[in-house]
Amino acid sequence: MRRPFVQGMLDGVPIALGYLSVSFGFGILAVRLGLPVLAAVGISFTNLTSAGQAAGVEIIAAAGTLLEMALTQFVINLRYALMGFSLSQKLDATFTTPRRLLVSFGITDEIYAVAISQPGLLTATYMMGLIVTPVLGWSLGTFLGAAAGELLPTAVSNAMGLVLYGMFIAIIIPPARKDRRVLFVVALAAACSVVFRYLLPMVSGGFAVILSALAASLAGAWLFPIEEEAMT
Amino acid sequence: MTLFAYIAVMAVVTYLVRMLPFTLFRRQIRSRFIRGLLYYLPYAVLSAMTIPAIFYATGNVVTATVGTLVALMLAYFRLPLIVVALAAACSALLTGFLL
Repeated sequence: MRRPFVQGMLDGVPIALGYLSVSFGFGILAVRLGLPVLAAVGISFTNLTSAGQAAGVEIIAAAGTLLEMALTQFVINLRYALMGFSLSQKLDATFTTPRRLLVSFGITDEIYAVAISQPGLLTATYMMGLIVTPVLGWSLGTFLGAAAGELLPTAVSNAMGLVLYGMFIAIIIPPARKDRRVLFVVALAAACSVVFRYLLPMVSGGFAVILSALAASLAGAWLFPIEEEAMT
Repeated sequence: MTLFAYIAVMAVVTYLVRMLPFTLFRRQIRSRFIRGLLYYLPYAVLSAMTIPAIFYATGNVVTATVGTLVALMLAYFRLPLIVVALAAACSALLTGFLL
């Protein structure tokens, strides 16, 4: 049997490869908005989040206030708080407070999805391994995109815009196929999001996502509550 | 306002949002309703982020729709994350050349 840290690093390789292409797109965006290459890499290394970073560099480019920056990051990244709650139910005794402080840095959509789908409880060393490879992929991809992205043809960089969403679809669909309750929640969240986009355009994108997701998962939790064994 | 201040605010807010619940919360949640909420929410967030934004991700609704359909099909057959993601981008790129 492999050591947990090494197993985590290996499980992180597909995530890192996905991040490499997504963060390449972020690097291109940051430089286009006038940020230096080093700042783009610094943001990726300290934030490790796609949607929050994309919104953040837009605010920097528009010379927004620090309060606006803080509020935007809070709303867009609020889902990580809920993923943290969810993961906190699945930690084994090796998770001391310093280790929790360290591992919490690496809670992302994809790392959460891989971790939560592991059988049994999670060890701290496995989680550290699972985080290391994606952090490297995310930072390296940002550097490559920021330093060399302008060399790409427009058709290619436009198509790269789909990589992030393609990855989201790959996370959502398999559990939705297996579990009809997840399918219901996912379809309802998408429907709410469409309603916000076309019928309630005054609600900003970040809030529309949070409200749609909350409405759909509240409905799911009310109609189909989860028994104890399902989450561990 | 310096670039450094912006980046520091981004990093600190994002870290606190991740760290506080994960580090401070130690009890097992007994409520079946709350367990359900926590179980469904991440999928709901990703779904709401993806639909309908994915159709505008390439700047052309037709190429984006082709990429979305390819991603849905490959994800249904449980192909790895990276395969689904890159196939979506490649099929959108190829569609763009055909148009």
